[in-house]
Amino acid sequence: MSSNLNLMAPPKGWDAKYSDDGGSVLSTNTDQVINWMLNWGRANSVWYMLFGLACCAIELMQTGGPRGDLERFGAAPRPSPRSSDLFIIAGTLTYKMGLRVKRLYDQMAEPRFVISMGSCSNCGGLFQYAYSVCKGVDQIIPVDIYVPGCPPRPEALLEGLLKIQDKIKNEKYLQKRYGVG
Amino acid sequence: MTPDAIFKLLQEKFGTETVFDFHGDPARDKDPWFQIAPWEIENVCEHLRSEKSLDFDYLECITGVDYPDDKRIVVVYHLYSYGKKHRVVLKAYLEREDPAMPTLVNVWSTANWQERECFDLLGVLFEGHPDLRRLLLPDDWEGHPLRKDYEEKEDYHGIPTIRPNPIELFKITLPSKEASKEAAKEPAKA
Ligand code: SF4
Repeated sequence: MSSNLNLMAPPKGWDAKYSDDGGSVLSTNTDQVINWMLNWGRANSVWYMLFGLACCAIELMQTGGPRGDLERFGAAPRPSPRSSDLFIIAGTLTYKMGLRVKRLYDQMAEPRFVISMGSCSNCGGLFQYAYSVCKGVDQIIPVDIYVPGCPPRPEALLEGLLKIQDKIKNEKYLQKRYGVG
Repeated sequence: MTPDAIFKLLQEKFGTETVFDFHGDPARDKDPWFQIAPWEIENVCEHLRSEKSLDFDYLECITGVDYPDDKRIVVVYHLYSYGKKHRVVLKAYLEREDPAMPTLVNVWSTANWQERECFDLLGVLFEGHPDLRRLLLPDDWEGHPLRKDYEEKEDYHGIPTIRPNPIELFKITLPSKEASKEAAKEPAKA
């Protein structure tokens, strides 16, 4: 494979040793392989919800367009929170919308990830002293990646997505679930 | 037609009680304006719209301004005529304590949402409005934020409205030089 995006790369900590008292029904190696496959599948199908709030949404569309092309990383836009894994908060969040964001986040199935895009959703941005603007989306829902900028360039959002993929690739889903390792 | 010609025309028809206080100094007033008695606004506007020579078919915007020092809330109407290509600005002065005036929904239906916005942000009650709800802010919002004495609440449904300044949050206060010198001396003494 000549791409420098090594999608098939083994996860970090591939050859980590597990302690013997884990009580796994699977052998460690099978465990790792299944885990890697799960993560590989998830990381390359991070579907994001179509959700734009303000000017940052324009940049989000640009990232989804032919130049940024989020979709080459397997991130397709989804129209419903129930079928999406990634919530990109793109733009100025008002209190009125904040309650809706909370509800949408609650409707997403786990595992779910949140990117806060732009200074508005990071901290309120230049509207921080406005009476109706929420001072950061992290006051409402947990945030995985903050992308700074006003608005962030498409490259910056792509970087954010790659960081999310890294995060997914490092998950130990099976061990977490069955209390192994 | 120029604004002062329109002003004179209206004053002739409705009297100086209803239409008064013309401001047309080009150095000070970008748009010439005059006052209308709030309770006559519907009659005046009906005339402005239906009279063939005036033909104001477009209500451009309704704005509210709060003047706490004068104890006034002023509602400003910008009217425009596509046919005659002229424009006029009307102002209605209301009491700040109890701002209320008749609605213009029956004259221009576009007044519906603009009056709702004015009610939302300044609390002007438009009497006779068919649906006077908040337009922009949530329905359970308290207060009218464009009033100068509006105080922001601590939180909205549990969302805090203040974010601490991160520079203050992570500031490391270094001890001054003298203090650190003395601190170094003292254990030596003991
Ligand atoms: S961060 Fe800047 S570009 Fe993004 S929504 Fe806020 S003001 Fe608009």
